[in-house]
Formats: sequence, structure tokens, C-alpha cells
Amino acid sequence: MFAQVYGDNGKMKEYHYSGPVEHRFSPYSFNGGTVLAVAGEDFAIVASDTRLSEGYSIHSRDSPKCYKLTNTTVIGCSGFHGDCLTLTKIIDARLKMYKHSNNKSMTSGAIAAMLSTILYGRRFFPYYVYNIIGGLDEEGKGAVYSFDPVGSYQRDTYKAGGSASAMLQPLLDNQIGFKNMEGVQHLPLNQEKAVQLVKDVFISAAERDVYTGDALRICIVTKEGIKEETVPLRKD
Amino acid sequence: MKCYRLFIPYSRWRDAHPIVHSQKYHRRRRVCRLISKTLSKMALSSVLQSESADFSFNNDRSFSFGCRFGQTDLGFGAAPGDRLNFAIKASLGPDDKDGPERKIEFLHGTTTLAFKFQHGVIVAVDSRATAGAYIASQTVKKVIEINPYLLGTMAGGAADCSFWERLLARQCRVYELRNKERISVAAASKLLANMVYQYKGMGLSMGTMVCGWDKRGPGLYYVDSEGNRVCGDLFAVGSGSMYAYGVVDSGLRQDLSVEEACELGRRAIYQATYRDAYSGGQVNLYHVHSEGWTRVSQEDVLKLHHQYQEPKK
Repeated sequence: MFAQVYGDNGKMKEYHYSGPVEHRFSPYSFNGGTVLAVAGEDFAIVASDTRLSEGYSIHSRDSPKCYKLTNTTVIGCSGFHGDCLTLTKIIDARLKMYKHSNNKSMTSGAIAAMLSTILYGRRFFPYYVYNIIGGLDEEGKGAVYSFDPVGSYQRDTYKAGGSASAMLQPLLDNQIGFKNMEGVQHLPLNQEKAVQLVKDVFISAAERDVYTGDALRICIVTKEGIKEETVPLRKD
Repeated sequence: MKCYRLFIPYSRWRDAHPIVHSQKYHRRRRVCRLISKTLSKMALSSVLQSESADFSFNNDRSFSFGCRFGQTDLGFGAAPGDRLNFAIKASLGPDDKDGPERKIEFLHGTTTLAFKFQHGVIVAVDSRATAGAYIASQTVKKVIEINPYLLGTMAGGAADCSFWERLLARQCRVYELRNKERISVAAASKLLANMVYQYKGMGLSMGTMVCGWDKRGPGLYYVDSEGNRVCGDLFAVGSGSMYAYGVVDSGLRQDLSVEEACELGRRAIYQATYRDAYSGGQVNLYHVHSEGWTRVSQEDVLKLHHQYQEPKK
């Protein structure tokens, strides 16, 4: 726990003993990690780094944050790793129950709506997880759903979440959304360009965010299935 | 304590006779409060009808963590409940540096407005969602279509608004099935108000307007998580509401045409996004009339800016 190293205003406290310190147990801890999802015409990409950290230490260099839910949906969860694990277990169990009662797999939109109510069920003791779901909708088009820790969600074309989200999102706004660009042709994104963009964007994030790095796991969701690719990143 | 006829003021008598309760009494009261809080949280879970897989539901643990909930400023002055605490980083305010422990930030900040006029109700909202100082999204849908003739707006906590209004849509549909009749705007707003009143003081943040057309004509109610439910002709809710009020108050007349009323709503939201940092994105405009609601327009604020500022040059 690092509550006593960082004072109330977020700045580091002095190292010498300065009087009685109140120790408080916090049920949360921040394990870092960045997740990104992009939706294309007939594909969706969910990418995450694989570093698991806590405070100044790295617990693991091979802990990817994308989890496969169905053949057409992948979820990326970053934040507190304990809650990520529990949440994915709960989602898997609910998917199985749905499959048994309704004899079909859940669609991406349905999973998103269900996740929203699961998260809101813990409104007063939230899951400290930033979720992004990427997959194909019923028509086969790419869909990305982004969530906040208590279940507010919406469908997007692209979204970054996690520790480096504030660095990645503006870059995606510019390159995929063509925001703040005058006189530029709006070309639709194809799969190769999207994958290359995701790699470039994570390399930039690893340069400037301490919690992002080690390796990048990319899951590409198409109607043929889910393909996984691993790319090394900076290990420092 | 007996206190009947007095020749001195009651306050003097009361202060001279302090009431002291036993430890047993205080312990009992604490347990009762705990039980009633637990029951209302169980109400939330039964509403969600979470099945056996949701083994995360251990609400009694949440009472033992006493850290303050660091919450950013809410648009319409709703005071977060401070009795129920849950453990998030102790630092308050949006200017904390990111340490190893981070603050969980939810989505707040907005401008929404609605007003009645002779041809129905105009509803205009912005589309920005912020998490602390970070703009989480510029394309949020802040108007929820409850059914083809009822709309609900969202201001405050995004998850709170969308969850409870979705639940309201379900309740309205059940009412229709049971009574073979559409629900009135007054009844729908009352359902919502009663639902959130059970969670009063627990930190819900929701300021919503229920707008529609029923047997009595156009209906507009403001409902919030503090328990307010008021009927009115004009409401603006959110961090940018003051700016929007200024514009609408100066231009509102009962005999506006539909075009003029839409333009008034659009202009009011644009002016609010211009001055309020927590509002922006696009202006979504809806018109509720006797046949139901219609989506009038969705315009980017940047485009509106050029449109309004261009003639000045």
C-alpha cells in the first residue's frame, strides 16, 4: 500500500518521520495497463499492453488485458487487476447461462447492455475497471463499446482506456476521426492500416507512460474468428 | 420525558433536561440503520435480478471503509451523500497528480434544457461527458427515448441517469400492458422520483427532466436524486444551466413557432457550451408534439459557432 508515501495532494511526502500517521486500508490498488479498441467496416481490433504493475514494481510482463468472450467479442479490462479477473469470471458465467437458456451466443450489443447492469449492481462499491468491448454486431460491422466503472456506456468507433488513455485518445481522434483537420479526405479505415496505427500508437504510449510497455497483444475480430498477434514494446 | 404545561419556553426546558440514552439504545439504532441500508441495497440487486453468478454482492463490507469519496463538482448542486462512504483515494478535487493510487472517476457535467410552448415541448441537450478534467466523450446521447411519446434527459452521473431511466422505460411499458393505456407524464415522473428516493443520501447524482405529451397536453417535470419533483414550463439542468437560462428567458414567448423555438433551444445550448468548460460536443434537439417526439437536429458546436459568429465580421 502506498497511501502513506503520497500525501493528500498527490505529492510525495518527506521521508523522515513527521509524527503519527494514520494507516488506512484501501480495498483497491491500481495495476496500470492500457486498452484500445477500433471498429472498422467488417472487423474490430482490441489491443492491450501486457504489463502488470503496482506502485513502483512490475509484477508481470506477460499479463494481457484482452479476454475473449465469444467468437465475435473481445473485452479489454484495465484498472485493478483483482476486479478485472472477477468481472471476467462473472461475464463468462452469465454468457454460459444465456447460452443454455436461449440456445444462442450473446451478441456484442447484448453483452454491452448486460455488463452495464453488472457494473451498476455495484454502484456503491464499484468494480475499479475501465472496460472496452470490441466485436462484430449482428450485421457483421465492427462495434466498440466503452464503459466507465459504474456502467455508463456507449457505442463508439474507437476508444482508448486505462493509464495512457489521455495520451492515445487525441491521436486516435486525429487519425481515425479526422478531427481538427481541414480539407482532408475522410478515407475509411482498412484492416492493415488500423493494425499499423494501433502498433504505432502503443509504441508512443510506452515511451511516455510508465505503466504501459513490455509487449502489445492485438486481437483482430473478423467473421472468420479471432486472430491474436504479439508485438514487443519497451521493457523499461 | 414528560413535558406538558410550561411557564418557561420549551427550548429552555429542553436544554435543562438533556436526554441521555443507554449504550444498548445506541447500539440498536446503529443496527437498524445498517439493516435498512442493507435492505435498500438488496432492493437494487433484486431490481437487477442478478442471478446466482453475481457472487460479488457483499454489501456489508462497504461500510467498513471510511475514506471520503472524492467527487468532482456536479452540475446542478446535488450534494453527494456523506453517510455512505466507499474507499477511493482520500484526495479531493480534480487537481491531484496521478499517484500509484488513482481516483475512480465517473462521468458528470452537462447542460440540458426543456421548455413548453404552444406547439409542445422543446428538449435541447449537449453531448459531452467528463471524468474529472478529462473529456471522456463528445458524443454521448443525453436524451433517453422512453417510448414514442416520452423523453428523459440526463444530467449528473451518466451511469445513474441511464440506468434509472432505462428502468423507468421498463416500468412504463409494464404500466401500458397492465392498464391498456399510455402512462401520463405525471405518473412516469412520479415512478422515477419514488425509485430514486429510496437511495436518497447514498450518493446518487441525477437531475432529469421527463417530457412528453399525454391527455392533458404537453407535460414537463424535473426529477432529481434529492427527491425533488416539480412541474414547470422551463427547466435547465447541469453545470451550464445558468448560461442557458439567460438565453431562454430572454427569448421565450408562448406564441413561438416551431422553427423559432428550435432555434432558441439550439442557441441556448450553444451559448452554454461556449462558456461552460464541462459542456460541449454536439447540440441534440428534440420536439415533443401531440403525435409523439421527433428528432429535429444534431449539430456540432463548432459549426454553430461559425454560423453565429460569421455575421458579426
